[in-house]
Amino acid sequence: MKEYKTVSKIAGPLVFVEGVDAIGYNEIAEITLPSGEKRKGQVLETSKGVAVVQIFGSTAGLNIPDTRVKFLGETMKLGVSTEMLGRVFNGLGEPRDKGPKIIPEARIDINGSAINPYSRSEPRDFIQTGVSTIDGMNTLVRGQKLPIFSGSGLPHNALAVQIARQAKAVSSKGEKFAVVFAAVGITHEESSFFMRDFEKTGALERAVLFLNLADDPSVERIITPRLALTTAEYLAYEKDMHVLVIITDMTNYCEALREIASAREEVPGRRGYPGYMYTDLSTIYERAGCIKGRKGTVTQLSILTMPGDDITHPIADLTGYITEGQIVLGRDLHRKNIYPPVDVLPCLSRLMNLGIGKERTREDHRGVADQLYAGYATGRDLRSLSAVVGEEALSENDKLYLKFADAFEQRFIKQDAHEDRTIEQTLELGWELFAMLPESELKRLKKEFIEKYGKKYRK
Amino acid sequence: MGALSKISGPVVVAGGMKGAKMYDVVKVGNEKLIGEIIRLVGDNATIQVYEDTSGLKPGEPVESTGEPLSVELGPGLLQSIYDGIQRPLDAIANKHGSFIPRGVAVAPLDRKKKWDFKAKVKKGDKVQKGDVLGIVQETDIVEHRILAQTDGTVHSISSGKYTVTENVGSIDDGKKKHDFSLMHRHFVREARPYAQKFDPNIPLVTGQRIVDMFFPIAKGGTACVPGPFGSGKTVTQHQFAKWSDTQIVVYIGCGERGNEMTEVLTEFPHLEDPKTKKPLMMRTVLIANTSNMPVAAREASVYTGITIAEYYRDMGYDVALMADSTSRWAEAMREIGGRLEEMPGEEGYPAYLARRLAEFYERAGRVQCLGSADRKGSVTIIGAVSPPGGDINEPVSQNTLRVTKVFLALDASLAQRRHFPAFHWLRSYSLYTDTLDPWYANISSDWISLRTQSMALLQKEAELQEIVQLVGPDALPEKEQVILAVTKMIREDYLQQSAFHDIDTYSSMKKQYLMLRSILKFYERATASVDLGVQLKHMSAMKVREKIGRMKEVPEKELKELESLAGEIEGEFDSLVRKQ
Repeated sequence: MKEYKTVSKIAGPLVFVEGVDAIGYNEIAEITLPSGEKRKGQVLETSKGVAVVQIFGSTAGLNIPDTRVKFLGETMKLGVSTEMLGRVFNGLGEPRDKGPKIIPEARIDINGSAINPYSRSEPRDFIQTGVSTIDGMNTLVRGQKLPIFSGSGLPHNALAVQIARQAKAVSSKGEKFAVVFAAVGITHEESSFFMRDFEKTGALERAVLFLNLADDPSVERIITPRLALTTAEYLAYEKDMHVLVIITDMTNYCEALREIASAREEVPGRRGYPGYMYTDLSTIYERAGCIKGRKGTVTQLSILTMPGDDITHPIADLTGYITEGQIVLGRDLHRKNIYPPVDVLPCLSRLMNLGIGKERTREDHRGVADQLYAGYATGRDLRSLSAVVGEEALSENDKLYLKFADAFEQRFIKQDAHEDRTIEQTLELGWELFAMLPESELKRLKKEFIEKYGKKYRK
Repeated sequence: MGALSKISGPVVVAGGMKGAKMYDVVKVGNEKLIGEIIRLVGDNATIQVYEDTSGLKPGEPVESTGEPLSVELGPGLLQSIYDGIQRPLDAIANKHGSFIPRGVAVAPLDRKKKWDFKAKVKKGDKVQKGDVLGIVQETDIVEHRILAQTDGTVHSISSGKYTVTENVGSIDDGKKKHDFSLMHRHFVREARPYAQKFDPNIPLVTGQRIVDMFFPIAKGGTACVPGPFGSGKTVTQHQFAKWSDTQIVVYIGCGERGNEMTEVLTEFPHLEDPKTKKPLMMRTVLIANTSNMPVAAREASVYTGITIAEYYRDMGYDVALMADSTSRWAEAMREIGGRLEEMPGEEGYPAYLARRLAEFYERAGRVQCLGSADRKGSVTIIGAVSPPGGDINEPVSQNTLRVTKVFLALDASLAQRRHFPAFHWLRSYSLYTDTLDPWYANISSDWISLRTQSMALLQKEAELQEIVQLVGPDALPEKEQVILAVTKMIREDYLQQSAFHDIDTYSSMKKQYLMLRSILKFYERATASVDLGVQLKHMSAMKVREKIGRMKEVPEKELKELESLAGEIEGEFDSLVRKQ
């Protein structure tokens, strides 16, 4: 394999190599520094004679005369194996724990291929997370991609860990599970929080961890989620496992994307993020799903912190347009000391209807969720109204709604970090709250269900 | 035959392409990836590639097909699912498995399937371009009409079983004999010709109350549905695709979620068309270029879809085309424009964005089809727009609003309180109401007055709400409190419509009319009763209110219940007044 010593320019993470012939687009290059150290890179642009290579890691220590570049003739691949379970890797997929190297069972292109929409099967298996606001109102199903929109300082990590710990499908008999965890640019402290919890609950044995921490090279962050998803796809579609992928924090991923785009002097889009960010994000998020004829599934739970709690920020905005809903954490609830501070109103699960109802959860599930939404929304509106005109000016009915909203927050939303509620418990809790409202207000609920489930809570 | 000289993402440059034409389709590299020429400089051609370009090397061959991007039109389109450049995803899945590999070549229309062709003309007949030469029963509900592609005399034709490529006959135009088969090709970026365009004066009945009653869409019209994520764009589009009274539906999933297309694919074969009682899939063509599929093919998907829609229009059918989402299409243009280093316009979108959007929506319309017979067809376009952050002050929404006639404004705060469909009744509009009113007046003479009256009430409610925000509802005079109570009914018991409720999902025109009439009857009697001194709290306890709340659950077969409701309202008010 030819080695080139013809580096002509180094700018940011980019290295320009001249005098090359027939280098493939997206090919992987190995760069040998003057010190003998080796780094990896990827071809971003190739033309006759010139290839532009993006280095994974920093370009510190590179110089023009002595840097050598070798092109490996293939795109980025990851050697995958079931042996990866229980192991910890760095952001480029090299072991980070003290264990041996992985002997790959297969080598897979980390960019994957798009799942043929025709080959997808409808995600329908309800996943019980034990968290009422999710199970009851924004149900997660296998094969879904549901991100957590959070803000700095909110307990998104605790919630993610709780979901990873408690998540189970109701129909799970003799099925294999795995968690693939990708840390993208998070701090050492945050990552050890996850590690500790995985260890404590024994989840580590069935987990694969990829860690790119805050002080690791930012360019690696483009790779890390893709490694995680490649591993997940292998475990799911080849090894029949149900895989939950947790990626945190996607905001750091987008920052890295912007950094590279600006190093390449590309025309920036909104707030400096590249114009292709939507397409790029979709190649990560769309790698979740169920495939006809294959037993395993990939479910994605990504966490992103919204800069300035702004849901219209490009990162949150583009994510919301790709994912099948979102779980939004609210600062107000957090201040009221309510955990998990899930602000249900902007939350959504697009696949909820497929996973609930008779034979899946319970026949009244849809109605209960809708009624809770309607009641809480009315209560919240009245709360701001009563702040202006005073509670006395409200009608009797309105006062009931105010009480309902408070009870909803304190009893339905709030739960312990280790409280694992069944879907039955969640729905019954809903009915208990409905007893606070007059029956004529329960328009979202079918009459027969009020009769069947609601009567016992009414005095 | 040229060779690649530069590769950077989905846009590549090839040298030695002398003689190649703009928008010609080319085969790129050893894997023969499909691409399209989008710029010519000297011998160099810039090509947008419809597939992932990883691994392509400078020096690999590039070959031009000498033809622009085109679609195959013939029997077999219905019930198919295609990607953005009309490759059949079902056939790809059968051949290559669950993931889409690169460089696959599968014919859009099944080459082996035999269709039963019945000739409608005979040898010696004079035909014009657009005349029906014969028919094929494509699905149980759609008769596929094979149209003449040229004027002339029928030289030969015979009924029988044919594949799409087999010769069925020929037409002599005086100079030359033109053989024809069941299939032909059409360039996607070129609108199909028609004889004459009409003003749209027939509504597209969607079964969605807020649309049919307040913001009607005309057959052959254009509508746009902008909204932030989670406000219900896709559910709305699905509802239109399911229930609109057209014979053909073309659904383009342009840069959207894979699971949404799966939902259509699994659901439509089980849903019954309210008119024909046959599965909806039998009238549907799906184009699915999900967000993670190549971006250049996403750009093409909209053209592929509209060309197929026009083809069925030319047979004399009413076609509804849903494009979800046109923002992703515009973003594909932006992405490709960026790679070409074009001077960007507003927000990085190319300067030709407005023209492209206008050209696309202009392909809608109700037309007199080509041919000697009197045949009318229509293409209605309903485009979803996904504005960043839900703010429609951005180029795609604004340029779309300039060319579309119906604006269905999805509102995030309505969606958050689960008021669906989340169309904001005060911000949405339809410019077709005037042309459609004569049609509505035929259904019922007071249809239009019901609409105007309810709209006025909703308008009034918005004003009153501002006062309530300051002084509380109790400070309002009783008459105005009646208005608030009634508009709440209109919002909750009429405008809200659940797409997931088996009965509520579709409301016939008659049901819509009866529902609104009952609410307004209540209003009329309630205001009158206030004058007679009946207290509001007695009215809120009325039994009919419960019935009004459950109107949407009344099945179409039992509409009598709603017919008698007006009488019940009168009755209960009468007794209230008597008690006074």
